[in-house]
Amino acid sequence: MTKFNIIVLAKQVPDTRNVGKDAMKADGTVNRSALPAIFNPEDLNALEQALRLKDKYPGSSVTLLTMGPGRAAEVIREALYRGVDKGSLLTDRKFAGSDTLATSYVLSMAIKKLEPYDIVIAGRQAIDGDTAQVGPQVAEKLNVPQVTYAEEIISLEQESVKIKRRLERGVETVVSPLPAVITVHSSAPPCRPRNAKLLMKYKHSRSVSELQDLSEDYLQLHRDRPYLKIEEWGASSISADEEKLGLSGSPTKVKKIESVVFKAKESKQLSSSDEDIDSLVKELIDKHTIG
Amino acid sequence: MNNVLVYCEMEDGAVADVSLELLTKGRSLANELNCGLEALVIGSELNGVENEVFSYGADIVHVADDKRLDPYSTLPHAKIAEDLFRGQKPVIGLFGATSAGRDLAPRVASVLKCGLTADCTALEIGDHVDNKTGKEYKNLLYQIRPAFGGNILATIINPETRPQLATVREGVMKKEKVTGNHKGEVKKIDAGKLLSDHDLIVKLIERHVEPRKVNITNSSIIVSGGYGVGSKENFKLLFDLAEVLGGEVAGSRAAVDSGFVEHERQVGQTGVTVRPKLYIACGISGQIQHRAGMDQSAMIISINDDPNAPINRIADYSIIGDLNDVIPKMIKYYKKNSK
Repeated sequence: MTKFNIIVLAKQVPDTRNVGKDAMKADGTVNRSALPAIFNPEDLNALEQALRLKDKYPGSSVTLLTMGPGRAAEVIREALYRGVDKGSLLTDRKFAGSDTLATSYVLSMAIKKLEPYDIVIAGRQAIDGDTAQVGPQVAEKLNVPQVTYAEEIISLEQESVKIKRRLERGVETVVSPLPAVITVHSSAPPCRPRNAKLLMKYKHSRSVSELQDLSEDYLQLHRDRPYLKIEEWGASSISADEEKLGLSGSPTKVKKIESVVFKAKESKQLSSSDEDIDSLVKELIDKHTIG
Repeated sequence: MNNVLVYCEMEDGAVADVSLELLTKGRSLANELNCGLEALVIGSELNGVENEVFSYGADIVHVADDKRLDPYSTLPHAKIAEDLFRGQKPVIGLFGATSAGRDLAPRVASVLKCGLTADCTALEIGDHVDNKTGKEYKNLLYQIRPAFGGNILATIINPETRPQLATVREGVMKKEKVTGNHKGEVKKIDAGKLLSDHDLIVKLIERHVEPRKVNITNSSIIVSGGYGVGSKENFKLLFDLAEVLGGEVAGSRAAVDSGFVEHERQVGQTGVTVRPKLYIACGISGQIQHRAGMDQSAMIISINDDPNAPINRIADYSIIGDLNDVIPKMIKYYKKNSK
């Protein structure tokens, strides 16, 4: 039976789906502390596809990569509880401010460190940006084919993968040679829950930085059980070119941010007069609500 | 050279609406920048496609016609687009935010090492001064898009790199033919020469495309009507407003039950839930069952002759009046005030 080396890309994101009234501060900026940090939903769909492949082809390995601040180690723990073999946290101040191009560069360098790999699986897009750009850009940087919007990885063979894709108005099935980058659509099956045994096994798993604040008992536990250590990779450990990282590696810049969450609803009453309707329409155009 | 370039997508043998909308936007950006508008059409059996593209203002259309280019596949389309972008060096490149466009544009941006902004809701030309260096940039593309689950509106720029790439969803921009008999130049791309075996390694096994259905959940603007609209004929007004604003028409259960509008457009507990950028409730009283399906809309405008209708309590703006009077005025002033 063939074994595969599978890599999953995942992101920790603020939960933007249920934004309450306290999500925006009075000055119009985002109140991140009011939004829980979660495993990006479509990355969970991607993780499930990877774990199904591992179930189907015993002996295969699944490695999870996530880029983010130290607290993103939580994403790796959640993945360990569900069955991945190991994970690395890509974290470095030099990565801060990366747009999708710089992010895909970091991820592609980390993937190269894991060579040889057969398949890279990621969610279609992350809910904090909804760009769906990182998957295809990682594929381009690795110079491998991409198959986006996967609903099901039908079969995996030594040198090819067969995938059902969900398009806006239909479905298609394609076969791509390996290695390839696959992005998974939300219509794919949801991720399995945490496994109780794996939860027990990995609940004390910690990243190198997290360990610094912990007691000697913890350090001893980690010396006895090396699998508990979550590796952290910075720019130098993935041999990244610093010019291509963070703000300097990001062609896009944010010029302006406006809050579109409105204050407690204060209904304005208008008449059907020409003046009222003219000024309302002008206001909507100015706010980019229409036009 | 240094023009605006639009990647045109083919759908059922014709240029897709989203691409025509982008040509319209591209034409106005090109006019503002005093440059030309180019289109790229990739597909098979494209005879005559140039006429449609020219009528939306393109000055040059690049056509790659090869049976291996239809249906869309990432690698061959990316190869052709990359080659054209390197040759023509456009300042701006626009793609539809469709299954194909959102697959292609990031790949192209990555190979060209340039910036890309997804799902823009507005594109404008403007200047920029870098706060740190004091350097001035003229005539940048302001790429305006919602982010953070739609809770913020960000203006993105690419000061240093070209082209400036953006994707835009269908229905966001207006589609408008240019006046007069606009003609341009057709440039054929020799796909056979450009494509190598490596570009054709992903094979399509099966494809099933469904006909277009009404899908109000994806619409960022919804004009919705209730029992108060009065008749199926009156609903035509709502369709007119939705068309002008680039939105969809929906209805409350009472309107659907009365046969004013079809069931697939029903919003509320027994219909679909929507959270558009703008929800215009016309003649809807606003029962809880209806509100449950739309109260997450970013902005709600109600048009109702009853100042005490419950809908007014959740509306940002309540227009008290007869919708047969108000809607035509909204259309009129929208046309007057929008560029």
